[in-house]
Amino acid sequence: MAEAMIEFQNVTKQYQGGQAAVDGLTMSIDKGAITVFVGPSGCGKTTSLRMINRMVEPTSGVITVGGADITSVPAPQLRRSMGYVMQSSGLMPHRSVLDNIATVPRLNGVSKADARKRAQELLDVVGLASSLGKRYPSQLSGGQQQRVGVARALAADPPVLLMDEPFSAVDPVVRDELQQELLRLQRDLAKTIVFVTHDIDEATVLGDKVAVFGLGGKLAQYAAPEEILRAPANDFVASFVGRDRGFRHLGFSPSDGVTIHPVRPVTPEQLRQEGSSGDWRLVVDDALRPLGWAGPGPAGAEPVMVAGGSLFRKGDTLRRALDAALSSPSGFGVAVDDDGRAAGLIAAAEVLAVIESDRNIRHGGL
Amino acid sequence: MEWFLANSAEVFSLAGQHLVLAILPMIFGVIIAVPLAQLGRQNRGLRSVVLTGSSLLYTIPSLALFIILPTILGTRILDPVNVVVALTIYAVALLVRAALDAFDSVDEDLRQSAVAMGFKPFARFMQIDLPLSLPVLFAGLRVVSVSNISLVSVAALLGIGNLGMLFTSGLQRDFVTEVVVGIIAILILALLMDSILVLLERLLTPWTRAAAASGAGTDAGTGQAKPGTAAAALRLSRPEAGGGTA
Ligand SMILES: Nc1ncnc2c1ncn2[C@@H]1O[C@H](COP(=O)(O)OP(=O)(O)OP(=O)(O)O)[C@@H](O)[C@H]1O
Ligand SMILES: [Mg+2]
Repeated sequence: MAEAMIEFQNVTKQYQGGQAAVDGLTMSIDKGAITVFVGPSGCGKTTSLRMINRMVEPTSGVITVGGADITSVPAPQLRRSMGYVMQSSGLMPHRSVLDNIATVPRLNGVSKADARKRAQELLDVVGLASSLGKRYPSQLSGGQQQRVGVARALAADPPVLLMDEPFSAVDPVVRDELQQELLRLQRDLAKTIVFVTHDIDEATVLGDKVAVFGLGGKLAQYAAPEEILRAPANDFVASFVGRDRGFRHLGFSPSDGVTIHPVRPVTPEQLRQEGSSGDWRLVVDDALRPLGWAGPGPAGAEPVMVAGGSLFRKGDTLRRALDAALSSPSGFGVAVDDDGRAAGLIAAAEVLAVIESDRNIRHGGL
Repeated sequence: MEWFLANSAEVFSLAGQHLVLAILPMIFGVIIAVPLAQLGRQNRGLRSVVLTGSSLLYTIPSLALFIILPTILGTRILDPVNVVVALTIYAVALLVRAALDAFDSVDEDLRQSAVAMGFKPFARFMQIDLPLSLPVLFAGLRVVSVSNISLVSVAALLGIGNLGMLFTSGLQRDFVTEVVVGIIAILILALLMDSILVLLERLLTPWTRAAAASGAGTDAGTGQAKPGTAAAALRLSRPEAGGGTA
């Protein structure tokens, strides 16, 4: 599918006197996409990321960027071709916001005036008022500082962005905002972004692909986020992804794309008369309000009613659609209208499909 | 007062010599101490050599130094070079420690992000470590300035021209006015130097005030070297410091 931008070939990093921080990592990172490294603390995410710009030198193995071995250019030059953003903004407290943003162009020999002009433009790109340019970093909020950090990383227009938990230190509301902003930027810029986080929610929101690292620096699974959520490769990934996690962002997505299938519900009366059948039947009261599901059974046998899952109201978020579908014993979520009457069914598989295409749209794919 | 008016030219000329003898060692001190401190950051071994060495230097009594130096340097005992060299040694001793502490206090994340942006080591030192260390360095310099101005007067015992001569000659002649004028002149000199240093620091570190004004302070993870660390660095005791004129 996508062209590879960064390749790890059997890369191992062993710090002095420890077990391997990264162990035989082989992976290919797509060009123009966001690849997220996620995993528990100490599993080698930062180490892997920093090997890409040679802040950490691998013990063995080869890393290539754009097909060229990264050791073929001097490290400072390599680093200037990669933006780097980390958890603490890492801004220089003694330089104005503008001059901070202008750092890498200045290192590349761009004149001060030109670099500042570019910095001024970037303030706008990351959604900051241009009047903030004259301030010192300490005069900005944490979220603003991270935006400046992103602007600085973009200043020399590098093809690659390395981001190490850039949004972990800001509060959840600002974090959501910054995540959406990054996605918006990425639609225009199409950088190759490697993003480190230990938050699976963040990984699924941002990642075109997610690499789950296991303890001991082993790559446990590397796939699109939906696949990791739907089919964790092993118990470790499953427990890391968690039962209900990874879907937080769906709380913000509309469910317009989810098809509501017609349903022929039965009242308890009708159910008793008809007896069990081979299918799940939705049971409703006289006002058509859902009561539960009758499980499939041998024809004519006494039907058993099972409590239904959560209900899905038309216009709810994707998150509720998924909850309704997944919590239903029949695999179909019950959609109700504003008066609480059963209006139809939604299928879990279809909700997942909508989530997937929704993500593709957000990422500018398809 | 009358005596001062009559001898003002003499007092001013002594003050000028005094100032030169005090300032030159400060300049040389910075020039030597900063690279030494940077050397001390390379590894643990070098660090302790640099720190212990500078502490030891600081314990040498000043009068002894003024007397020994001519034989080491091959200068005449009256040569002001002796004073400059001696005071430079003290300045280095003090500033190495302050500079090391200042460099240590530069935020590690900031340093890492500088590496990540593609700074080469020397550029990083000049553009990040050094400017951020200025507040602590200036705190050190202010101590050195006061100590130098008082130490210079010791050299008057050897007959090297400075305001301390007002003490020696005043005492010899049992002429209190001259001693008082000397004390006042030295006080004024010390205050003047201190004000200049404060001003210079304000000029060179505008961001520190911005941080304070915004209420964010320097604790907000800005990686700022804090002058407070200089206090610890300067807690060196030399029993005889500045007391040699009695
Ligand atoms: N400079 C170093 N020297 C020695 N060991 C190190 C060094 N840096 C990291 N390690 C070790 O390597 C392992 C991986 O560290 P790394 O920082 O890559 O983890 P991480 O996945 O980024 O963790 P976190 O989520 O906590 O940031 C850890 O066990 C860590 O202790
Ligand atoms: Mg990390």
